[in-house]
Amino acid sequence: MFEYAPAPESRDVVDIKPSYGLFIGGEFTDGTGTPFKTVNPASEEVLSEVASASADDVDRAVRAAREAFGTWSAMPGSERAKYLFRIARIIQERSRELAVLESLDNGKPIRESRDVDLPLVAAHFFYYAGWADKLSYAGYGPSPRPLGVAGQVIPWNFPLLMLAWKIAPALACGNTVVLKPAETTPLTALLFAEICRQADLPPGVVNIVTGAGETGAALVNHPDVDKVAFTGSTEVGRLIARSVAGTRKKVTLELGGKAANIVFDDAALDQAVEGVVNGIFFNQGHVCCAGSRLLVQESIAEELLEALKRRLATLRLGDPLDKNTDIGAINSAAQLAKIRELSDHGELEGAERWSPACALPERGFWFPPTIFTGVAQSHRIAREEVFGPVLSVLTFRTPAEAVEKANNTPYGLSAGVWTEKGSRILWMADRLRAGVVWANTFNRFDPTSPFGGYKESGYGREGGRHGLEAYLDV
Amino acid sequence: MSRTESPARLAVRKTYKLYIGGAFPRSESGRSYAVTSSKGEFLANASRASRKDARDAVAAARKAFGGWSGATPYNRGQILYRIAEMLEGRRAQFAAELADAGTKRPGDVVDAAVDRLVWYAGWSDKIAAVAGSANPVAGPYFNISSPEPTGVVAVVAPDDPLLGLVSVVAPVIVTGNTCVVVASERAPLPAVTLAEVLATSDLPGGVVNILTGSAKEIAPWLAGHMDVNALDLTGVSDPGLAVACEEAAAENLKRVLRPAPADRADDWAADPGTRRLTAFLETKTVWHPTGI
Repeated sequence: MFEYAPAPESRDVVDIKPSYGLFIGGEFTDGTGTPFKTVNPASEEVLSEVASASADDVDRAVRAAREAFGTWSAMPGSERAKYLFRIARIIQERSRELAVLESLDNGKPIRESRDVDLPLVAAHFFYYAGWADKLSYAGYGPSPRPLGVAGQVIPWNFPLLMLAWKIAPALACGNTVVLKPAETTPLTALLFAEICRQADLPPGVVNIVTGAGETGAALVNHPDVDKVAFTGSTEVGRLIARSVAGTRKKVTLELGGKAANIVFDDAALDQAVEGVVNGIFFNQGHVCCAGSRLLVQESIAEELLEALKRRLATLRLGDPLDKNTDIGAINSAAQLAKIRELSDHGELEGAERWSPACALPERGFWFPPTIFTGVAQSHRIAREEVFGPVLSVLTFRTPAEAVEKANNTPYGLSAGVWTEKGSRILWMADRLRAGVVWANTFNRFDPTSPFGGYKESGYGREGGRHGLEAYLDV
Repeated sequence: MSRTESPARLAVRKTYKLYIGGAFPRSESGRSYAVTSSKGEFLANASRASRKDARDAVAAARKAFGGWSGATPYNRGQILYRIAEMLEGRRAQFAAELADAGTKRPGDVVDAAVDRLVWYAGWSDKIAAVAGSANPVAGPYFNISSPEPTGVVAVVAPDDPLLGLVSVVAPVIVTGNTCVVVASERAPLPAVTLAEVLATSDLPGGVVNILTGSAKEIAPWLAGHMDVNALDLTGVSDPGLAVACEEAAAENLKRVLRPAPADRADDWAADPGTRRLTAFLETKTVWHPTGI
């Protein structure tokens, strides 16, 4: 393994305030809930104190959004588009600042926030900006109407990217939004609020309320919210689906996954190994569509595992701000506990655990990249979403068996297929019950490409022309 | 029946049963209920389906899903058109049953049901072109999104005995879903006769399963069934029942089509559009590499 000198990105580029308020009606205001602290998961250092929105604060935000809805929805689409283009440009201009802040608050490697998250965030706003004055061509009728006020709750794994996926299409379609970022990663959303002001976005069009689960519940259950968009766990998705029963609220849910990454014996092996690594260790495995189940054809299982282990030994875990870092910090103590619990259970159930020699920093939340072999489909690590850098390896003999095993899950978000044979890719893709199928690649996203799940991975699509439907009255 | 029976020859009456997996069983519970005409005259005994019947129907629908969803769209369209043909051929029988049920201008209603089947039949090989897309991603991939059937759909049909039933079943199955449908409780006989039409139209057994009985009793079991993927509550007029079903459906994140608001309760009768098709479709996006 090569030795690298530390190459940390400077954090001087960000200016973190000691405390943050809520962003309602274009102003930062105090919250009436008990403020909470957000920490850097790589060091446990407190970054800032953030206001917590009570039900009253949420109500204020929804009223501000309702008030703004009239003018925003009546504005010509071409004007709404220009606001979104302006936001996209400011994001590009301030991308370094946003990337560093994201890595500080979330723990993800700067290489990923800089090269994946931020370019996708800007691209998403740029993409949906272009739709704002073309909605009558989108296939949803001659003049599709917006829904009204959207209540949006997003997770901590891709804080700014999930914000972009929610806010860009909502605004393009003429809705106004109240968005709640996750309580462990509120900072980039609050910087985004500042960007909205910089772009002169009319007050109330975007409102950001920070807080924990109760704040999210108050938002989702608010009677004047017309649309609920949620990305997060299937467990909370169920609660939301129940709570909107009997209302007229339109709902889209992007929930958990347990994706199969299927490697056939004719696949380009080194390329597949890279794909498997990217599939499960990208963003510390905090990815709903992570390829957490490796299904490898029996005849090449040994060879592939050896190559995989060799590759894992070269992964660099540590300071998220270091440009050489491959694997950053686990986002929170609670998530680390969950990963440990499930991994320990994997051993208890008889699977064999392997991690490369890997020194973990003393402070912060860390978990080494981990592989389980000898995994049975009944094991919890093969059924439940770990949401961490933990890969379960299973084998198969025939394509039909691969399909059977891949689909043997209540989830259906994504799947990967590795083979040199194009017709087999499409044969597999046709049979996999998943919303996104990657062939000879994995964890690839694009604003033009719809994303979302089958079965208990939720419903609705984000991205592309399909992503508009979630925010139109159709 | 309402027609006078000839004293010279005793008519052979039809036993109205359920339609599950292509067969016509009685309810396993052995229960039935008296169906009367709109004037209150006894017409027939219909099966009162039980929870067990509902589960059998779901199992039949699941079993049929692979074959039906894997059939070519052209084939599914042919079969739906065939159903329309068979329905047209029995126009007089349906008109008489609808007249018994109190339907005004029953002949016109049968015509409308036939026309609706023809409308949906044509969608089988067009919906993917309209609801899908090729996505110009920034990378060396051919990226395509196409609609796929959601799976097993549980449907509570509107009270309108024939046109209501056809209007909710046809859009569900034409795209490759299979279904379990609870027919009008008040007037179930046309639904059972429609089952005979389905059974003679080359529609594989299990694609449509028809239960008669109480929606209030059966629908919650279907809504909570873990092997049902979606729920169409169009025919639920009791708001309490609709809420209970939607809550039960949350357990495995079923897609739910809510009943229309009371002032638009006969929404299903309007020009159909594509909304009922897309409500039970999933979008699958495939990233296929390009290269040499």
